[in-house]
Amino acid sequence: MKTTMKLLATSCLTLTATLAGADGHMSNEMTIVSWGGAYSSSQQNAYHLPYIEKTGISIINDESSSEAVAKMRAMNEAGNITWDLVDVEAADAIRLCDEGLAMEIDVDEVLAAAPDGTSATDDFGGSLVSACAIPQIVFSTTFGYRTDMVPAGVAPPTSACDVFDLETYPGKRALNRNPTANMEWALLCDGVAYDEIYDLLETDEGQARAFAKLDTIKDQTIWWTAGAETPQLLADGEIFMGSTYNGRLFSLIAEQGQPVGMAWDWQMFDLDVWVIPTGLSEDRIARALDYVNFATDTQRLADQAKYISYGPARASSAPLVGTHATLGIDMAEHMPTDPNNAENTFYNNYLWWADYRDDLDAKFQAWLAQ
Amino acid sequence: MTQMLAADGRPLKASLNRALRRQKLRALALIAPLLLFILLSFVMPIFDMLFRSVENQIVSETMPRTVVALQDWDEKSGATPPEPVFAAAYIDLVLASEYKTHTRLGSRLNYEMTGISSLFRKSGRGVGRFETDSYTEAFQDADPAYADPAQWAAWMSDTPIRATLPATAETYDAWAQMLIAVENDVPAEEVPWDFVYTALYLEATNGATLPIAVDLGAIEPVSFQAQFEDIDDDWLDPAVWQTIKAFAPAYTDGYFLNSVDLLRGADGIEARPENEQIYITLFIRTMIMSLSIMGMCVLLGYPIAWLLANLPDRTANLLMILVLLPFWTSLLVRTSAWKVLLQQQGVINDLLVWIGLISDDGRLQMINNQTGTVIAMTHILLPFMILPLYSVMKTIPITYLRAAKSLGATNWTAFWRVYFPQSVPGIGAGCILVFILSIGYYITPELVGGTKGVFISNRIAYHISSSLNWGLAAALGTILLVVVLLLYWVYDRMVGIDNVKLGG
Repeated sequence: MKTTMKLLATSCLTLTATLAGADGHMSNEMTIVSWGGAYSSSQQNAYHLPYIEKTGISIINDESSSEAVAKMRAMNEAGNITWDLVDVEAADAIRLCDEGLAMEIDVDEVLAAAPDGTSATDDFGGSLVSACAIPQIVFSTTFGYRTDMVPAGVAPPTSACDVFDLETYPGKRALNRNPTANMEWALLCDGVAYDEIYDLLETDEGQARAFAKLDTIKDQTIWWTAGAETPQLLADGEIFMGSTYNGRLFSLIAEQGQPVGMAWDWQMFDLDVWVIPTGLSEDRIARALDYVNFATDTQRLADQAKYISYGPARASSAPLVGTHATLGIDMAEHMPTDPNNAENTFYNNYLWWADYRDDLDAKFQAWLAQ
Repeated sequence: MTQMLAADGRPLKASLNRALRRQKLRALALIAPLLLFILLSFVMPIFDMLFRSVENQIVSETMPRTVVALQDWDEKSGATPPEPVFAAAYIDLVLASEYKTHTRLGSRLNYEMTGISSLFRKSGRGVGRFETDSYTEAFQDADPAYADPAQWAAWMSDTPIRATLPATAETYDAWAQMLIAVENDVPAEEVPWDFVYTALYLEATNGATLPIAVDLGAIEPVSFQAQFEDIDDDWLDPAVWQTIKAFAPAYTDGYFLNSVDLLRGADGIEARPENEQIYITLFIRTMIMSLSIMGMCVLLGYPIAWLLANLPDRTANLLMILVLLPFWTSLLVRTSAWKVLLQQQGVINDLLVWIGLISDDGRLQMINNQTGTVIAMTHILLPFMILPLYSVMKTIPITYLRAAKSLGATNWTAFWRVYFPQSVPGIGAGCILVFILSIGYYITPELVGGTKGVFISNRIAYHISSSLNWGLAAALGTILLVVVLLLYWVYDRMVGIDNVKLGG
């Protein structure tokens, strides 16, 4: 523990020293951890390659983000941090910050201001959910459905609540094997007002009500653990409607041409953020901060939208979003943040989940197991 | 009777013992590197991990003064703790938030009571804004010596003063340590922070003699309970303090209780509410499914092993390659292949509908349930049953069967009474291998098990990767290990380990 504190002290000091303009020596190599697949390629094309061109360092990509939380704790206990920058979801970032595994960042010192002079704090706005999290992209968990399995004469589903409607839209569903999003949707679609949902979920009655609503579709639901499962199930025709990350659905529809449509209404917004592990040496911290300053500036966040349909976390990047790099599709309308799609969005309350996650997860798994 | 003597005149027995001992030492020396390697890289890390299931030093390390103060509080009374507890909590939280360990503690206690993680997160910032500067100002106004860092350093290194003001001395030491470790400052050059003056005030009001007398009556006492209430009302909830007190000891049984669906309530150990009980169900389900997988493997593997052992060599070798081929394919690929086959819109269902055995609406549900898990795991674990069976069967001479038949036995009797008993050691080896492997599997049940076909290992994996509740994961793992060892012991009594052969 003492060593950790000493390291913490050293890193705090070096952080201030670096920011004070004493441009110390920066390391020439970085290991950046992300999720793999199309998402990692978008980061490679939009952030890594331009940065490598600019500075000449080498960047090693690691695809362990799904195990990032556990691995970072293990590395910290072993005293050997091999990662320089990690891409995690906001909820994981809060957990890492609480555990002292991620470094706190002074937003206005580290992140670039918008070209028109808006400070980073204002530009990122509500996406700054934690002192340790550097916001990157906004994605949403939303629903896709088979357009050819919609019953004749019926309008296709447009909202997350249509998943509970078994009469109008028969067929199997796919939902995340996780209480996040499912509990909120259950209450919302049971008639609870948007502002009261989290307060109601704190009570036993609220939780029982949410489980009762989910019970109505439980037998017809396949519960997924990986984002790739729902697109596969949709493509196979196993399910009629299922939730997954919007980027996967975009890739299914636009790149693979499957007969799938998207029901955007009441999509659940989520954030992907960068965290810097604690316990790094001076030069590695300096390099990580320099990279982050570059990779989260206005142009870079707009560039990543050329490769994948995830929205930039900055307000100033939104007007710069262009067309897909290879398909030439205009990406703006596929962004979760597009006004057409974002009429009704659910903002995930990360801090609330940081408290209730453990308890609700136990109850949710018990409910699933029955 | 005279003793037998060896050539050099020593008793034969002693000579023999000496030679044996030398042999044993030589053998030990040969395996010593391997033994050391296994101890360091396998046994020790496992014990370290399993130790986390009882280890709970985080509470007493992060909030030591609060833990001591809580000892005098009766948690069963249902009343909010008294002021000294809040004062101790204030000092502990100020120090913890400097070291940034308060959120870690909040996270750990949140496993036991929802809401504590945000309470601690808020309080870390909140305690820095307490109105304890009134104590600092009062002391510094009364005498300028109280504002002199060198004077404080002198007092705190003076043994008689430390004896009269033990709590203040301890708080000053803690502050100095924190200053050096976190802020990299020199304590002898810095004025102590507000909480040190707070400790001094509290000790003085309890009757201790101050180095320079101060009129304590003129100082307005700060109500720490009120200050904490300002941060969040939950601090007045006795349940929060009951949780802190319950988990104050360095070793806890909380994780083990949790892993068998119990908890330590106000009146001792009681069952968890029904809607939170999962682990016992999962343990039983894991055992039963592993037993069925083991049974299926025996039924399917025995004929194949028989063929392999009794066909002419060339055909047998070809069949052997086919048995081993799946080993060369990735586990995930095999599991995903089963998804394609077993889905409702999958190959098998399509075939059955095309033949006309089932209607299009009545497609079989073969995946995302226990059936899927059993089928996929049987496929994956079959080679582990076939190979031991094969190697044992290879040693059974075929002449025994012929002899039995020549003595008038039917085919079945010859097989059952002559051949089968000789192959039991192979069945034993295969069974134990398949069972132990299957209990620990988590990838396949995760992908094809749906909600009813998941194993306990899936929960262990979740607690390691996502919730970071390593204590609970370690407790679940320990229980699994103990159950397996128990079953192994039972197996030993029933079949006998010496009867397990992997060949020859």
